[in-house]
Amino acid sequence: MLIINSPVEEIIEINRHIYLLKVFSPQLTSIIKPGQFLNIRVTERVYPLLRRPFSVCDVEGNHLYLMFNILGEGTNILAHKPIGSDLDILGPLGNGFNLDGDYETAVIVAGGLGAAPFPYLTRKLKGMKNILSFIGGRTKDDVITYNLKNVKEASDDGSLGFRGNVVQLLNQNLELLKAKKIKMFACGPTVMLRALKEFCLKNDFECEASTECAMACGFGICQGCPIESTTESDRYLLVCKDGPVFNIKDVVI
Amino acid sequence: MSNVDLSVKIGSLTLRNPIMLASGTVGYGNEMAEFTDLNKLGGIVTKSLSLKPRKGNPPQRIVETPAGMLNAIGLANVGVEVFLKEKIPFLRQFDVPLICNIAASTIDEYVECTRILTTEDTIKAFEINVSCPNVKEGGLSFGNDLNSVARITEKVRAVTDKAIIIKLSPNVSYIAEFAKAVKENGADAVSAINTLVGAAFNIFTRKPKIHNVTGGLSGPAIKPVAIAKVLEISRQVDIPIIGIGGIMDWKDVIEFMIAGSSAVQIGTLNFIDPSAPGKIVNQLEEHCIKNGIEKISSLIASYQL
Ligand SMILES: Cc1cc2nc3c(=O)[nH]c(=O)nc-3n(C[C@H](O)[C@H](O)[C@H](O)COP(=O)(O)OP(=O)(O)OC[C@H]3O[C@@H](n4cnc5c(N)ncnc54)[C@H](O)[C@@H]3O)c2cc1C
Ligand SMILES: Cc1cc2nc3c(=O)[nH]c(=O)nc-3n(C[C@H](O)[C@H](O)[C@H](O)COP(=O)(O)O)c2cc1C
Ligand code: FES
Repeated sequence: MLIINSPVEEIIEINRHIYLLKVFSPQLTSIIKPGQFLNIRVTERVYPLLRRPFSVCDVEGNHLYLMFNILGEGTNILAHKPIGSDLDILGPLGNGFNLDGDYETAVIVAGGLGAAPFPYLTRKLKGMKNILSFIGGRTKDDVITYNLKNVKEASDDGSLGFRGNVVQLLNQNLELLKAKKIKMFACGPTVMLRALKEFCLKNDFECEASTECAMACGFGICQGCPIESTTESDRYLLVCKDGPVFNIKDVVI
Repeated sequence: MSNVDLSVKIGSLTLRNPIMLASGTVGYGNEMAEFTDLNKLGGIVTKSLSLKPRKGNPPQRIVETPAGMLNAIGLANVGVEVFLKEKIPFLRQFDVPLICNIAASTIDEYVECTRILTTEDTIKAFEINVSCPNVKEGGLSFGNDLNSVARITEKVRAVTDKAIIIKLSPNVSYIAEFAKAVKENGADAVSAINTLVGAAFNIFTRKPKIHNVTGGLSGPAIKPVAIAKVLEISRQVDIPIIGIGGIMDWKDVIEFMIAGSSAVQIGTLNFIDPSAPGKIVNQLEEHCIKNGIEKISSLIASYQL
């Protein structure tokens, strides 16, 4: 873990309202793993006060990318950071995805901004595993396929690809999935992860899911980010330290 | 090398400088140690410990509010036994006073926790949390009741020779009365303040933003309240005060000392910049050099009203 100022190099809008922010940060790019996150101090003032957590989206040489949309004041400031200004980053945080395992095809499942961690995972898996990506969103603007491979799209309103949610799309491809040795990597809204967990348990698919929770510190000192474990009932796990990536079987979603 | 004396006294305890880390904002020290040299600090206060481990409240436990945050962690902690076995070995490596914060649901539990912990040499003092706003059984009702606070102090005093600091609730009308009562019952110092009770709603769902409905407000938003409470105690009771609430930089530390604090604790700031406490120690020294302050303790209660 380190706290480091990294210069902002570029901010681009890749989909409507979805931004990609590029910083130069050799200290972070050399150590960060897919699925880990960074806690960003968007201002030195007292509003917004707390850092804002973002997944590492991609790494290209010494350059690191974040992907986000504007939700509130924090992301608004982030989207308007002057090029060349320093971004105050604390990280890398959390555990990240475990790429190892006895599988041939990595199945990426994302809903909306849940796509954020997967360009980097895709980059790391290239040449090692086959990749299939199932990407969903409410409308075509919310389906984010930036730097992903072998994508099947789903939108709730049918404006792009399959009409319905991404778990329904997985179900439609069940035979294809069953025919391969797969491991799933997922991130998205709670409703999606809940349906996905049921789907994985029913079909006995291995799945690692990246979860979210409101956070104050991001590195284990505030106890602000509990998630219920399916194996230990007398304590909560912490999303920031024990996660954010969990085997989907191990947590209550 | 400067000749500035940053040391301060809290009862029988001498701290190398006034900067302590507040309970519940440092875990058990190991994560903070990656950012701040703990040996540079005046003291570390552990997360509130209870006799048995506590699971704490379900999510959502925290939410940001203007210049502050609400938390309702619910005193999630590993319990006294695991603390001694698993957390003390790490903390023992440091040459910094370790202060154990204790929270309990009954007076007997406060006593029992103190009795067990006082045998551990690494622990130099106790901070008794009579003021957690997020636990239904005890906490706030204790902190609001003069009689209970006096009795807890008296009973805990009877089982330890180490310094006892009572952490007071700001959610009372006259905090100085509480400071007076704990002094009379043998406390060495008071900490002020714990968090203020607050709440926040989502205007669309009409639901509270944290599961516990109410939570404790911390951060810069509470600093003026904390300064006023410290001043109130300082003007009425002769007892060392550890000032807490919304400290964001060295200037806030100086302000707390002028208002009557012998030392301070840094809380919410640790979440935002865990390297800040060490930097603040350096900046305090610089301030003293620049302003010809030989002993930082000369600032304590130096208000010009
Ligand atoms: C581990 C982790 C990784 C994340 N990665 C990304 C990412 O790669 N890209 C991205 O765009 N976002 C990501 N997020 C979410 C991101 O942190 C929030 O969108 C951001 O904090 C919003 O800040 P804001 O100041 O703009 O909005 P705020 O004003 O703080 O909030 C706006 C609204 O969003 C809600 N909200 C805020 N934080 C969360 C949260 N964590 N979960 C659910 N609701 C929330 C608030 O309740 C409020 O209604 C991640 C969160 C976590 C915990
Ligand atoms: C997340 C969180 C957890 C806390 N947990 C405890 C605790 O366990 N025991 C305690 O006495 N105070 C606890 N506090 C209160 C702090 O120690 C401190 O009194 C308060 O936050 C005000 O200081 P600040 O504004 O610098 O944060 C907690 C505060 C926060 C923000
Ligand atoms: S966010 Fe502070 S412990 Fe997880």
